[in-house]
Amino acid sequence: MIALEGVSKTFDGGASWAVREVSLEVPAETFLAVVGDSGSGKTTLLKTINRLLEPDSGAVFIDGQPAGALPAHELRRRIGYVFQGIGLFPHMSIAENIGITPRLMGWREERIGARVEELIDLVSLPRAYLRRRPAELSGGQRQRVGIARALAARPGILLMDEPFGALDPITRDALGTECRRLHESMHLTTVMVTHDILEAVLLADRIVVMRQGRIVADGEPHALLAGHPDPAVRTLMDMPRRQAERVRTLLQERGA
Amino acid sequence: MNSRLHSALRVLPQYLSAHVLLSAASLALGIAVSLPLLVAARRSARVRWPVLAAASLIQTVPGIALLALFYPLLLGLSALTHRLFGWSFPALGFLPSLLALTLYSILPILRNGITAILNLDPAILQAARGVGMTSRQCLLRVELPLAAPMLMAGVRTSAVWVIGTATLATPVGQTSLGNYIFTGLQMEDWVWVLFGCAVAVALALVTDQLLALIELGLSRRRAALAWLGLAVLLAGVATAAAVPLRAADRGGYIVGAKNFTEQYILASLIAGRLRASGYPVTERTGLGSSLAFQALAANELDVYVDYSGTLWNDVLHRTSRPPRALMLRELRTALERRYGVDLLGALGYQNAYVLAMRRSEAKALGVRTIAELARVAPRLTLGADLEFFARPTWKALERRYGLHFRALRQYEPTFMYHALMSGEVDVITAFSSDGRIAEDHLVVLKDPLHVIPPYDAVILLSPRRAHDAVLRRALEPLIGAIPIGLMRRANYMVDRPHGKRSPRQAAEWLARAAHLR
Repeated sequence: MIALEGVSKTFDGGASWAVREVSLEVPAETFLAVVGDSGSGKTTLLKTINRLLEPDSGAVFIDGQPAGALPAHELRRRIGYVFQGIGLFPHMSIAENIGITPRLMGWREERIGARVEELIDLVSLPRAYLRRRPAELSGGQRQRVGIARALAARPGILLMDEPFGALDPITRDALGTECRRLHESMHLTTVMVTHDILEAVLLADRIVVMRQGRIVADGEPHALLAGHPDPAVRTLMDMPRRQAERVRTLLQERGA
Repeated sequence: MNSRLHSALRVLPQYLSAHVLLSAASLALGIAVSLPLLVAARRSARVRWPVLAAASLIQTVPGIALLALFYPLLLGLSALTHRLFGWSFPALGFLPSLLALTLYSILPILRNGITAILNLDPAILQAARGVGMTSRQCLLRVELPLAAPMLMAGVRTSAVWVIGTATLATPVGQTSLGNYIFTGLQMEDWVWVLFGCAVAVALALVTDQLLALIELGLSRRRAALAWLGLAVLLAGVATAAAVPLRAADRGGYIVGAKNFTEQYILASLIAGRLRASGYPVTERTGLGSSLAFQALAANELDVYVDYSGTLWNDVLHRTSRPPRALMLRELRTALERRYGVDLLGALGYQNAYVLAMRRSEAKALGVRTIAELARVAPRLTLGADLEFFARPTWKALERRYGLHFRALRQYEPTFMYHALMSGEVDVITAFSSDGRIAEDHLVVLKDPLHVIPPYDAVILLSPRRAHDAVLRRALEPLIGAIPIGLMRRANYMVDRPHGKRSPRQAAEWLARAAHLR
């Protein structure tokens, strides 16, 4: 479980706020999507959860414990993080990339090896890729490795920052579906930041909409789709429905 | 030609191994100093800026000056530790060279390393934190490995610089491939100069390629390549270390020589006599003029030949001009009292500064004395060696004779004669014992006012060796034994363009001709 209490973050000494007094609870095994325009503060919010950024005020709790109770690097080893830019280490093989967090935690080599093979299977890549370097893989394959790396040390929490942003639509869809499958099979608590509202609607149990550092909407996808008092949120949630309706119309015209 | 090449090859193991050891030690020390600086500088602009500025500043100091500056510094430091702890260290030779070259090696390593680390993809550094690395783990597992190829490129640049600059260690008394170059330049022995350059270049190229192999191994992540390159490099250094250094390590006598032909010959003569008596000897040749006396006073040389006028003006800073015999007597007491240095005796000839002209031009201008020269000097150009214009003798000549030349030029002594013969200059500051005066048909101008002091060649012994019976017995036969004519001929044997002899051969000839036993 993740809990944020009145979290605020500024990068300019308080002249403007990237995140402003956000309180949020994410129960265990929830798949939460955080959506919003660029600059709405969603990535900043995500980074306060594993202390890549420290909030200026407010508190973050992980499984009921203050996030500051552990040294930051130990906290991060227990929380999987998938980066927007993927961020694989170019000088390490795929196997070394996936096994990095277990290695930092001092796992025995054979245990790391077994876990790495298990993960490469889980993200549906051939084991022969383990010896390759990141540069030899396609963007989609690299992001699968990024996800495998985030999950390697069996974290209970998975944070994803625009994980599929740079991928083509087909890869994007496939990888999204796989993420949801992993979320369920591994009983993860997942927070995914995305600007793609359709992706959020299709994958998440719950959607939070942010604007100018604040949460302006919070609910299950179907509830938000049904309507919202905030006109901007309504416009945002209308988009996937309109798209779906146009697709349906197109299909019917074909059929007629 | 062949005999010159042969003589060059004979000393190659000694010169090359000394050069390799000096360069390797400097580079290793440079890397050892640069890496912690790099780690400290990578996060903090407040550290980075001054560190890089200091390294760049050092780089702009000419190599030879940097090397020379370390000598007085170390000498002072050594005197201090001697006073405080009763322990001193040699300020000449390896140590000043090592320190100067180490400073020189830092900049490329540091600058490349910092550039590499600052240019790392921020997404990767954030990922390193995100997977749970501590700052130290991030440095060791991500930053340094990713910066390694570029860092290695810096090490390569550094290695080439150090190997090249190490040739300048010769004037501070460190044997290096520069011995070929400095000696060759003095004796107009282009075979030696070229040989020294070629070996230095070859050494730099081979080292660079081996380092390139390590760099390739690092960037391709192929450890075998990197280890291979390192192994060959280390093997080279180990081989160099295995070459027995002819020398001081065995506690023999250290014979010094300044950087001109006559000094090489006399050092060889002295060394030959000591060896003939069964004592090991090291020759430290090519020393800067004032460096030699300081080194002797500090017991880093045991014996060398200097000149009374030089000691009088430059060491004792006297401006009076006593007659020859009186000057020698006063020098003996003053050097003994002030430095504990023993003036064993004069060799019998003078190597005075003289003003010389081409015979034809002197005749055409009607110039026989310096006084007569003063009348026509405003139309003429004077060429001097690199030290002359800083000497009190020059100031005195200018003042007493009212000398004003159209232009003043400075040359390496060898090139000074060429400049005179080719007409680039009209008058030069020649040396009276130089064989080229007779060979080139030069006119030596008289000094009616006796402004130029006498320059008797004298043997000096270090304080430590002042009462060394062996040394005194071996060298006393030289006192008064060398007339100017013989010294000129010996000098010319080495300096002449054709049928050159080595200083050692000239020394052997001199010993025979002077009937030394």
